[in-house]
Amino acid sequence: MIDGLSVSYRTVSALADISLATSCGNRVALIGPNGAGKSTLLKAIAGLVPRLRGSIQWRGSAVQKWSREFAYLPQREEVDWSFPITVRGLVEMGRYPHLGLWKRFAPGDHEAVTAALDTLAITDLQSRQICELSGGQQQRAFLARALAQEAHVLLLDEPFTGLDRNASSSLATLLSDLSEEGRLIISSHHDLETAPDLFNQCLLLNRTQLAFGPTPEVLTPASIQQAFAA
Amino acid sequence: MLEPFQDPFTQRALLAGLLIGFTNGFFSGFVVLQRTALSVSALSHTMLPGIALGILVTGALTQANAFIGALAAALFVGLGSVVVSRTSRIAQGTALAVLYTTAFALGVAALKRLGNFGELEHWLFGNIMAVGATDLWLAFGIGCVILLVSNIFIRPLLLTLFESNVAAAQGVPVRSMNYLLFGLLILALVTSLQAVGCVLSVGLLVAPAATLSLLTNRTPLLFWGGGLLGALGSVGALILAYWTNLAAGPAIVIVLGALFLLAFLLSPRYGLLATLPHRKKLQPTSSK
Repeated sequence: MIDGLSVSYRTVSALADISLATSCGNRVALIGPNGAGKSTLLKAIAGLVPRLRGSIQWRGSAVQKWSREFAYLPQREEVDWSFPITVRGLVEMGRYPHLGLWKRFAPGDHEAVTAALDTLAITDLQSRQICELSGGQQQRAFLARALAQEAHVLLLDEPFTGLDRNASSSLATLLSDLSEEGRLIISSHHDLETAPDLFNQCLLLNRTQLAFGPTPEVLTPASIQQAFAA
Repeated sequence: MLEPFQDPFTQRALLAGLLIGFTNGFFSGFVVLQRTALSVSALSHTMLPGIALGILVTGALTQANAFIGALAAALFVGLGSVVVSRTSRIAQGTALAVLYTTAFALGVAALKRLGNFGELEHWLFGNIMAVGATDLWLAFGIGCVILLVSNIFIRPLLLTLFESNVAAAQGVPVRSMNYLLFGLLILALVTSLQAVGCVLSVGLLVAPAATLSLLTNRTPLLFWGGGLLGALGSVGALILAYWTNLAAGPAIVIVLGALFLLAFLLSPRYGLLATLPHRKKLQPTSSK
């Protein structure tokens, strides 16, 4: 649950007064024009940018800065894919919040990683370098890391960008399965046409909150025009 | 053949080469992953004015005030370039180039004036043959610190280097990790000063891991392999320098550079010769 969240970059207000309450099992789309603050909101929830005002509550307790339950998946173009690491190595990074600095990988951790790779159907890619992956495979590797982290809230920044039709539809199925298993998915999305099929809830925003609720109720022609007009 | 190993001077030099080569070779993993080789090269030049500063302020030259002076100079130049680029139309690389060469020139002038604190050439290109027992202990100590700290914090450091956003979302203090790397870098630069001097020190701090990255995909090998390559390359170069009368510091960097070239050409996976036939096949036929 987010209440009255505001974020400022220096003196410019990037987000003002975002308030919404949702629960696990939902898929929330963040929709708005460029510069509306979709990425900023995701980063604010993940604890990457400081909040000017407002609170975030998760399962009854306040989230101060970051939470092990939240997994942040950046836009794929922001990632250095030439970094020398294998797919398995990438997914193993999801276990770090559970291990801290010192603890060695226990069998349970290895199992969590293997299970995550299996669920995302990328077990056969685990020894490959991440620079060898396609866009769809990259997205799956990220999701596998979030699964290995045992995060319940997935914060995705433009996950469908640059995916071809097949990769898009398999990502859609994945997100649906993941949310049905009890996770909360919050994702920025740019395609108004596909949004109602992919996400059951929607936050329409343009620096400030315009509407939140079930997607068909929020994405009306009038509200879309209002959001994208300015 | 065993002559070099009998003489105590040479023994100490070889040991210094081993320790300093391993420490810097290990740390070169970070420099390669962070892609800051050119910045490191600029910062290594600030060692000179840093030492001059240390002498000016304290009137004496010890490893401690060399480190503090070097840190102060590196911070001034490094942060200065960031400040200049953020508050003006100058790009950071431009600012860094201007600041570090000016600082370096000031250091050269100051050291010439200060007179009896060692030959300029030794500061620039190293003087490993003159290494004493205290220097060896210090190199050993600093090496231990760098290896220990790097290994303790290896997880948050690697995550920060790869994806600082995801690291922050997992609670890693990203800024502190960057400061930590900076501090370790200065330590590594100060140790390599004796061996190869401030102009060549970046060679020790980049070439080993760069060579390893042409041979392997596994990140731990960049570090440990880099350390081994740095150590063996340095010792080998010193033996070569003994027999061919080459200057020791330059010999080390020449050997490491040659090893890099060999890997570039001959690496079974990433070498030029290995990938050349593959590249030829991909070349489009000449257009009509």
